[in-house]
Amino acid sequence: MQGVNFTLCEGEIHALMGENGAGKSTLIKVLTGVYGKDEGEIFLKGKDKAVLIHSPQDAQKLGISTVYQEITLCPNLSVAENMYISRTKGIGQNWKKMNEDAGKILKSLDIPAKATQQLGSCSIAVQQMVAIARAVDMDCKVLILDEPTSSLDDQEVEKLFRLMRELKAKGVGIIFVTHFLDQVYEVCDKITVLRDGQLVGEYEIKDLPRVQLVSKMLGKELDDMSDIRGESSVYSKEDASNHVFEAEGLVSNAGIKPFDFYIRKGEVNGFTGLLGSGRSECVRAIFGADRVIGGTVKKNGKEVKISKPLDAMKNGIAYLPEDRKIDGIIGDLSVRENIILALQVLKGFFKPFTKAEANKFAEEYIKLLGIKTASADTPIKSLSGGNQQKAILARWLLMNPEYLILDEPTRGIDIGTKIDIQKLVLKLASEGMSVTFISSETDEMLRTCSRLVVMRDRKVVGELSGDDLTQNKIMNTIAGGDKK
Amino acid sequence: MQSKALKKTGMVEICSKLFRKQIFIPIAALLLLAIFNLINDPSFYKITLGYNSVGDPVLSGYLIEILDYGSELAILAIGMTLVTAATGGQDISVGAAIAISGSVVLRVLCGTNSRPETLQAPIIVAFLVSCVTAMLFGAFNGVLVAYFKIQPMVATLILFTAGRSIAAWINKNELPIISEPSFGYFGGFIPGIPIPTPFFLAVICMIVAALLLKFTNLGLYTQAVGINESSSKLNGLNPMVIKFLTFVILGLCVAVAGLIKVSRFSTINYSVVAKDIEMDAILAVALGGNALGGGKFSMAASILGAYVIQFLTTTLYKFNVQSDALPAYKAVVVIVLVVLSAPIVRDWLSKTWKKMKLKLHVKEVA
Amino acid sequence: MKKKVLAAVMAAAMVLALTACGGKTETPATTEPAAPAADDTAAEPEEPAESDAAPEENNDAAEPAESTGELIKVGIINNDPNESGYRTANDKDLKEMFVEANGYEASFAYSNENDKQIAAAQKFIQDGVDYLLLSAADTAGWDTVLKDAQDADIKVILFDRVIDADESLYVASIVSDMEKEGQTAVDWLKGQGLSEYKIIHLQGVMGSAAQKGRTKAVDDAVASDGWTLVTQQTAEWNAEKAQQIVQSVINSGESFNVIYAENDDMAKGAVAALDKANIPHGVGKDVIVMGFDCNKWALEELLKQNWNYDGQCNPFQSSYIDDIIKTIEGGGTVAEKVIIMDEKGFDATEITQDDVDKYGI
Repeated sequence: MQGVNFTLCEGEIHALMGENGAGKSTLIKVLTGVYGKDEGEIFLKGKDKAVLIHSPQDAQKLGISTVYQEITLCPNLSVAENMYISRTKGIGQNWKKMNEDAGKILKSLDIPAKATQQLGSCSIAVQQMVAIARAVDMDCKVLILDEPTSSLDDQEVEKLFRLMRELKAKGVGIIFVTHFLDQVYEVCDKITVLRDGQLVGEYEIKDLPRVQLVSKMLGKELDDMSDIRGESSVYSKEDASNHVFEAEGLVSNAGIKPFDFYIRKGEVNGFTGLLGSGRSECVRAIFGADRVIGGTVKKNGKEVKISKPLDAMKNGIAYLPEDRKIDGIIGDLSVRENIILALQVLKGFFKPFTKAEANKFAEEYIKLLGIKTASADTPIKSLSGGNQQKAILARWLLMNPEYLILDEPTRGIDIGTKIDIQKLVLKLASEGMSVTFISSETDEMLRTCSRLVVMRDRKVVGELSGDDLTQNKIMNTIAGGDKK
Repeated sequence: MQSKALKKTGMVEICSKLFRKQIFIPIAALLLLAIFNLINDPSFYKITLGYNSVGDPVLSGYLIEILDYGSELAILAIGMTLVTAATGGQDISVGAAIAISGSVVLRVLCGTNSRPETLQAPIIVAFLVSCVTAMLFGAFNGVLVAYFKIQPMVATLILFTAGRSIAAWINKNELPIISEPSFGYFGGFIPGIPIPTPFFLAVICMIVAALLLKFTNLGLYTQAVGINESSSKLNGLNPMVIKFLTFVILGLCVAVAGLIKVSRFSTINYSVVAKDIEMDAILAVALGGNALGGGKFSMAASILGAYVIQFLTTTLYKFNVQSDALPAYKAVVVIVLVVLSAPIVRDWLSKTWKKMKLKLHVKEVA
Repeated sequence: MKKKVLAAVMAAAMVLALTACGGKTETPATTEPAAPAADDTAAEPEEPAESDAAPEENNDAAEPAESTGELIKVGIINNDPNESGYRTANDKDLKEMFVEANGYEASFAYSNENDKQIAAAQKFIQDGVDYLLLSAADTAGWDTVLKDAQDADIKVILFDRVIDADESLYVASIVSDMEKEGQTAVDWLKGQGLSEYKIIHLQGVMGSAAQKGRTKAVDDAVASDGWTLVTQQTAEWNAEKAQQIVQSVINSGESFNVIYAENDDMAKGAVAALDKANIPHGVGKDVIVMGFDCNKWALEELLKQNWNYDGQCNPFQSSYIDDIIKTIEGGGTVAEKVIIMDEKGFDATEITQDDVDKYGI
């Protein structure tokens, strides 16, 4: 990161935008003292001299608090304990007072949690809010929110925004890092864009339309993303008679209701619904990732048994899981090994690829998908999120599947890669591959899918296609008859 | 002049790379010990050809001893590396398992009589039976770890505690002694060949391991499972089977080590045979720079690590260090190791080399 | 939680398996008294007469607990017989003595852990045994349970190992004197009249009673007679370590003419190293080999004159115990609180096959 100026005013929500690897995290880490800085100075209001921040503790003393995407609190302690942990003076602890104080703060910020409740029993959103409440209570003047919304659903995000606005009214300056453009435009006042470790510019929100923001982040003029759909209609050649995969009454032990499902050759369809509605569980059942406890599946009209991932793979089904870090990458292994893994497993224990073969595959897909990596030997964990995702995608494409399942392939990655992936999906479909695409961003689904399966409360509640594929229709189906 | 400087920078580059390489740690330790011995007493490296009391040629000298006594450890290190990689834990029952497999060998060879005049079964049969037994005990550990998901150290604690009693029970608590000289070949010398047989056996195991790693996906699978089990599952691997497999392979290593151990004296001492060898085997894996938490591994580094440990032991014996003080020295080694393998230190070393390289470059330009 | 339960079950199963093993081991062994013993960590009798005070003659609770004529109930708490050859022989000896034919009803409990032994003792007290025979795993922690025994009129006899408890709590202790063993051996060595003594001294596990006792005599002789210690190293009762140590000396080129190993296993390891380097050893040869514990196979080496000396560590305490019980049952008192057993040292030039059969463990 070089020569970045960044100004945050009192009572302002300031979005920090940039692709993965643009330097957002680095900037935050310098501000909070996790990384040292080589040059430059940090000024705070009320201090005429530049302040020195050598450690997170220094930052905290100066009133700079950070809430990360992953909750860093202790789930087995109570809410109040979490708020006051490591902050008590002396040895004694007045539990009653602590609980009362915590209760007051929770109430003042309208956080739906009790002080004595165990933190782990709260929803992720509430946990995030508790983390924020903790920061606020420490008299913070600067609050840094690093991708706080990526694991929240819409309602929870709305609650979080309400909290952010309240804090803003109290004069707290908030730095908000996110990948969701909608959210930026909803709550932020200013945007600072970074690219390749350098400052692109600082803008008032009203002066910067979305398209321009995206092009600034990518560093090139970009056609509006909605163009993709246009391309897709050219590609799309669905074969209505040929059901590549069919499931009937499929149910797994992950707590979903039995569901029916099919996908045609060359079709892109999707599962949609709120977070936790069972979208991922459905595709996991299809792939055999969870234990299937009922139902039949047919591949190209023939009944097959899929009880574990390997069965699915043998039947030409590939699955890119939702959580890249936990279920996707094998962190310490090289990009090459990560790419060849699935095909290698399919090929068998006693038939390893030669080095040359493995290299050929890896190089081919690194080039094809434009994976940014120093070499095929680099451990995959040192790549940026987007490039990790591409490598995992490469792993499954290498298998040349008939049916590809992508569960949140675009989460937490930069816009450039998002568009690449969407384009790729449509291209693959045009070549005859069937793809199931899941995303939390409805517009992304609308752009790519020609049919959507709608889920609510772990149940399939509807199916939309053709002219019904609009934001409103989807919302209505998700909300369903329960909306009164 | 310039070419000399260039050579120097090349060296620096190699070194800088080496610091990040895993095998750097055992090599550095080996060099350190080797240089220490060279300075102190160059006769350490003297190897002489002599004849033993039976009249067969034997090589002797400290280096030969290292190759000889380090062999069991090297063999165990192979299996232990795999177990560590796949399960992120260690098997602490290998010493006890060696007692069992050794006891089985003797039991089969002796039949019902504990002091047979002639062998009651061919040695190869005895060895195969002990292989099966050791693999079964490995499988027992494997099931506890892979299927019941018990911490490897805790799971193997069972056999660690019970193993030596089982070994004694196998021979009805008697002390079998084999008088047949050919049985002693495995832990001693084959007539006419002056190099200790254990070293040959270790080399055979290494070759088998190398072939296994080259012609199967054992390496890739164990590492994948060790690094990210959940992800491996979604890639069609069965982590349970792979963890289980590593324990069975370790069982096989144990059987070979057990054969060597009982062959050394043609008898067994249930309570002290291969005592504490599990700790040395784990140390060998650690000395090889392998993360004890599982994941990536280097087999060559582990094996080298095993011989480095024996190098250290032999050196300390030479300097007449009380052998019950050996663990203390090993502890020092562990501390140095842990510090050396910390990412901070290795980054720092690598950076320092880079700086030196820069300085050299500046000099060269000047 | 599940894991914990499972672990507990496993542990329980393991203990059961162990006891089962122990039980099976004994049955065939009893019929064959002179069967060669298993291994020998040797030198087992630990902590001998360290804490013993002057022998007391009176005996407070000397009334016989139950009427005679019936079987005398004894509870025997011992270490795991698999632990060493010494222990195996010791256990076998006790098993042969305390049988119905001799007027005893015996129950056995084995453990190398003190708290398990204490639990076993408590059980024996509840069962109402007449005598409690004890070879304690650890010296400490016995006061309470022995007090309970005293209150229940149960007589306690210690064998092989002493404990840190008040002397009034037990009737007698029967132990080996390791220092005497060492002294006997060193006296024998002095008697060989070598022109110079260059000794490789292989010690047992440092701090164990056997090591301390057997080392002391050598250290004394080195100080008084000007003997040379080429090396003095612990090989921890381990043949292979002993072999490495001796090999290391051979490699260094230093000369030596005595190997004083504190158990038979280490002597065996040393001899393996000598054989490899083709150094003659035994009666009339270059190197004198000395061992301890009188394993049968070791005595056979003596018989073949490959070794020169082997010192006994007597595991046969049962006859001493039997005498004490008989005395007490007969209404007498035990004269000596601490009874030290007779222990021999065998010279290769004098040993006979009878000795091997009689004293070999």
